[in-house]
Amino acid sequence: MPGPVVILENVDMIFGEGASDQVHALKEIDLRIEQNEFISLIGPSGCGKSTLLRVVGDLVQPTSGVAAINGKSARQARLDQDYGIVFQAATLYDWRTVAKNVQLPLELMQFSRSEKESRTQAMLELVELSDFAGHYPWQLSGGMQQRVAIARALSFEPSILLMDEPFGALDEMTRERLNLELLNIWRKTDTTVLFVTHSITEAVFLSTRVIVMSARPGRITADIAIDLPQPRNAETRSNVRFFELETTVREALRVSEAGDQPERKAA
Amino acid sequence: MSEPRQRFWAPAVILVVLVVLWESLVTAFNIQQFLLPKPSAIAGNLVQVAALDASVSGEGEDISLENRFFTVLPADLSPEMQASLQEAQWLAFSLGGRTFLLLRGNNLTPILAASWFTLKEALGGMAMGTVAGIAVAIAAARWTATREALLPFAIAANSMPIIAFAPIMNNWFGLDNPFSKMAIVTIMIFFPIMINTVRGLVSVDARSLELMRSYAASDSEILVKLRIPNALPSLFSGLKVAGALAMIGAIVGEYFGGPRIALGVFITQEAALFRFASAWAAILVACLIGIAIYLVILLAERLALPWHPTFRA
Ligand SMILES: Nc1ncnc2c1ncn2[C@@H]1O[C@H](COP(=O)(O)OP(=O)(O)OP(=O)(O)O)[C@@H](O)[C@H]1O
Ligand SMILES: [Mg+2]
Repeated sequence: MPGPVVILENVDMIFGEGASDQVHALKEIDLRIEQNEFISLIGPSGCGKSTLLRVVGDLVQPTSGVAAINGKSARQARLDQDYGIVFQAATLYDWRTVAKNVQLPLELMQFSRSEKESRTQAMLELVELSDFAGHYPWQLSGGMQQRVAIARALSFEPSILLMDEPFGALDEMTRERLNLELLNIWRKTDTTVLFVTHSITEAVFLSTRVIVMSARPGRITADIAIDLPQPRNAETRSNVRFFELETTVREALRVSEAGDQPERKAA
Repeated sequence: MSEPRQRFWAPAVILVVLVVLWESLVTAFNIQQFLLPKPSAIAGNLVQVAALDASVSGEGEDISLENRFFTVLPADLSPEMQASLQEAQWLAFSLGGRTFLLLRGNNLTPILAASWFTLKEALGGMAMGTVAGIAVAIAAARWTATREALLPFAIAANSMPIIAFAPIMNNWFGLDNPFSKMAIVTIMIFFPIMINTVRGLVSVDARSLELMRSYAASDSEILVKLRIPNALPSLFSGLKVAGALAMIGAIVGEYFGGPRIALGVFITQEAALFRFASAWAAILVACLIGIAIYLVILLAERLALPWHPTFRA
């Protein structure tokens, strides 16, 4: 059995260290993620969820501590193209068509022409956008753009999918549909997912584990295993256990925010 | 939607109204032609219309069209006159029983030749200025230190009247050497192109950059696949500014001296000889060339940036 996909040990992230406006974004973060887990990060705004994701993805370097990804440094993992990233904004390139946007990582990773085309086609089918291959991003709705971003992130089969509130800007209906789509994709591949969200329901529905964080400084305050049966579907939402777990997460969030108070006063 | 049509018709109507107003005011107040020639006199230098009227008799005498836009001629013209009309004629058409001849104006050939000469200077300077501007912009975008050292100078230079260097360029490269005008145009164009391109290359969305980083893209891949496409819209705004400056730079450069064939020299000479209508005609052609350059850039932009918001119907 391979080792954990993500190991964070004693990670601290301080922005503007020493300056009067320094921000202690992450404090003493310890986290292990095994292959094929679906982890949600949840916590109050500004608690460091995005920062944690960015540390894992080597988009920022932690002030101290160790980040090991697939048994390598985060940097090496990035150079090995282990990450697929989806942000809250789709971040498509305006000058590329839908198909060309999905192909972007494939171009950079020197996939053969036929491979590029077959993968792009397969990905667009997966997110049900085959008919829009030739469209430009501005011709798509927000939900469609986000699906393109997901297709782009998955096209090269990254071992880790980092998603920062990918459905945050979408309406409830679209979000639920994309949740199911994402779970489908996740089941079909051995991707490990690290997913930031503000929605308790979404976190419980999708995840195998929910990590709760508190703010100032950002810390992990709870690690809740979600033992709902797989595969998750519409019935999952009416499962009694689903509500219990929602309550557990909500309680953990409340405690984490309450625990936040003295810290803030002290600061 | 009638909008594109309206966009064409509204300015066209305004233009016609202005020209008619100009013509009638100059006539009504009997304004001296050296102050302001009539539009018809200006146009007459380029194009002339002659109407052959059978009811008028010229008895074979020699009639001069001068530079009038519209002349009525007797039908029984002398053979020499007929030959010269034939030579200048573009087309003949009948309207209401009269025959009209559309003729080449006396100054059309010299003005077009001069325009072509000056256009080549403008385009040559534009090509050099654009290439240099883009090259420096890419270097500046790549090396932050270069950019920070260079940009204040570029912005200061961009607000300087670079045309003031025209006599010096004339001196450096020689009055009759077209390169002296190209050099002025190059310098004039360099700054707007460079500043706009740097802006486009640098103002890349932070998330887009992170995406590239996450794919382990190299700097040159980021340049080609992200920065340059991102800079195209602002490069085109720079080109539009440059297109307007190019003709100005070349013509004003020629005002300070140049070969007789140049448009700026033509304009100053005609003005010095009190042939103002002809000078105005040359200016009109210069304006039309300026507009044509702008339209070509607009077309190129449309072809290069089909995705750009301005073209989203
Ligand atoms: N590049 C940066 N420079 C300085 N401070 C930063 C930077 N990035 C994040 N921070 C600070 O770190 C803290 C955590 O930010 P982060 O974006 O990780 O929060 P978050 O949990 O993702 O919030 P949200 O839920 O609102 O997205 C915030 O106080 C933020 O101001
Ligand atoms: Mg965030």
